[in-house]
Amino acid sequence: MSKVKLPDEKGRFGIFGGKFVPETLMSALDELEKAYLKAKGDRAFQKELNYYLRQYAGRPTPLYLAQRLTKKLGGAKIYLKREDLAHTGAHKINNTLGQVLLAKRMGKKRIIAETGAGQHGVATATAAAMFGLRCEVYMGEEDIKRQAINVYRMQLLGTKVIPVSSGGKTLKDAINETIRDWVTNVRTTHYVLGSVVGPHPYPMMVRDFQSVIGKEAKRQILKAEGKLPDYLIACVGGGSNSIGLFHPFYQDNVKFIGVEAGGLGLRSKKHAASLMAGSIGVLHGSKSYLLQDKDGQIMTTHSVSAGLDYPGVGPEHSFYKETGRAQYVSITDKEALKAFQLTSELEGMIPALEPAHAIAYVMKLAPKLSRRKIIIICLSGRGDKDAEVVSQNIKG
Amino acid sequence: MNRIGERFEELGKKGEKAFIAFITAGDPDLATTRSLVLELERRGVDIIELGVPFSDSLADGPTIQAASERALKNKVSLKDVLALVKDLRRETEIPLALLTYYNPVYKCGLERFVKEAVEGGVDGVIVPDLPPEEGKELKDFAQKMGLDTIFLVAPTSTPERIKLVARYSSGFIYYVSLTGVTGVREELAETIKPTINRIRRSTGKPIAVGFGISKPAQVREIASFADGVIVGSAIVRKVEENLGRKGLVREVGKFVEDLLSGIRDSE
Repeated sequence: MSKVKLPDEKGRFGIFGGKFVPETLMSALDELEKAYLKAKGDRAFQKELNYYLRQYAGRPTPLYLAQRLTKKLGGAKIYLKREDLAHTGAHKINNTLGQVLLAKRMGKKRIIAETGAGQHGVATATAAAMFGLRCEVYMGEEDIKRQAINVYRMQLLGTKVIPVSSGGKTLKDAINETIRDWVTNVRTTHYVLGSVVGPHPYPMMVRDFQSVIGKEAKRQILKAEGKLPDYLIACVGGGSNSIGLFHPFYQDNVKFIGVEAGGLGLRSKKHAASLMAGSIGVLHGSKSYLLQDKDGQIMTTHSVSAGLDYPGVGPEHSFYKETGRAQYVSITDKEALKAFQLTSELEGMIPALEPAHAIAYVMKLAPKLSRRKIIIICLSGRGDKDAEVVSQNIKG
Repeated sequence: MNRIGERFEELGKKGEKAFIAFITAGDPDLATTRSLVLELERRGVDIIELGVPFSDSLADGPTIQAASERALKNKVSLKDVLALVKDLRRETEIPLALLTYYNPVYKCGLERFVKEAVEGGVDGVIVPDLPPEEGKELKDFAQKMGLDTIFLVAPTSTPERIKLVARYSSGFIYYVSLTGVTGVREELAETIKPTINRIRRSTGKPIAVGFGISKPAQVREIASFADGVIVGSAIVRKVEENLGRKGLVREVGKFVEDLLSGIRDSE
């Protein structure tokens, strides 16, 4: 297979991606891209980042054979890539360590970020505390309510959490507000975007930082099984844990399945499945699939999982969809909650509601596959933060 | 040349500067917007920017965001704004530009949007989240059909970027006076004048300054060196203050006339 450069010089993945931002940010994006590419090629930077990933974040994370889940489903062998065991309890730290280290190199004094579930906010607050940079995180009022513990964690880490009251008061609105802050303070501030969305170079840079997931998984599965897996399965909101797992296998004969939040069902219109049910448009700086009405207004979304509750998706996923490289499916709130319970009971690990969507899909797929097949699921985070939401939903 | 270029030319001959007013279309409803356009023209406004409401107006501060939300409550869409302009053209020849985020235009289809805009009597389009790098397709359609594309220069734009924006812009160049979102500011940056002079070295096209301007004295100051002054949030705030009152249109008109006194005095 010929080597494809993704993205191209303009930050495009096929027709997707690009830089749709106010002029004020254009120079900053150029500066960021240059600084990032320089750091990427700089062995000292990579060495430093690897040091923190290992000694501070606890990498590599294990690739765990979920024996009881495998047995229960009675089909393919299921491995879990244990990002829940990374410091702060999710894959988000891979990206924030990279970006905050880069921001420090660029001489930025202040860090800002958006957060949905609060996982990216906590991971940013953590990296900022460790590197001694001032940090402010924007979070929708709706998310502040359902993820109160993460708000408190950020505050403990010395970060100021700024409530966002516009729109649906969730992740999308938090991103708008963070971009507005960045437009205002662009000279001194670095915006640590938490997913593979936004204008170039973010989708590329965040993917590269998250690719540590897939690189490790590849090494680990070859060691454990002597061959590559048949399926990689991960949840997709913005899409960073999934791209992180998928991308290093791009040239390999391995199937990718991205699982979107089906909410109350695709027909209910209360969901967050942009790839399954959306159309192409421009949001938050890049061209990609998104949930919009006929006039091009962005729709409010719903998912039981705050981290998937986003009307857009990273441009690289849109490209994978268009080219058929990945398949996308959706899982409802109910199915995710069931998987959440099953994984807790069978494997003694409480998954976050986001990866519970991926597990729920595997519950459907694995029984149909032979025992010789291998599935890797990205268990992108742990579910302590979701305990309250889950108990309310199960009661209700 | 369309109405925008002609207006700058006329003003230039008289040694005057353009006063450009922004209002959000459909705030609080389309009938009010219609009356406001005619009122603003009567009060001496040269060019009107009509904001197309958008759910995610990330270049706007709280005032224009709120206006956008009011308009969206009435489900005002790009199509409605185009119809409003078409209707207004039976009564007025004032230059009209649409200020819209990119997604509604993209969703409509670039070629179709340009065609319908021109047929309806729109003179120019400003897309705050569309830099020249992403705007070639829209610019090419617009150029072919005679719609001005007004791109923006920011305080952070490098000399190379200023040249690029100048090359892509027609009608005028929009200089964003500050690093930030739209909204009223107490003080204007001292860097505006030298930057305008720098932009002039790259282009002969008219340059208008917007963002943060709200007082007659500020209007006068900007008009002393730029070709046009754009006031948005301050006018939208006046609309907001008078919501539900019968005198809304007249109050906004009076406020704008006051701002204009600054510019006409200075000549």
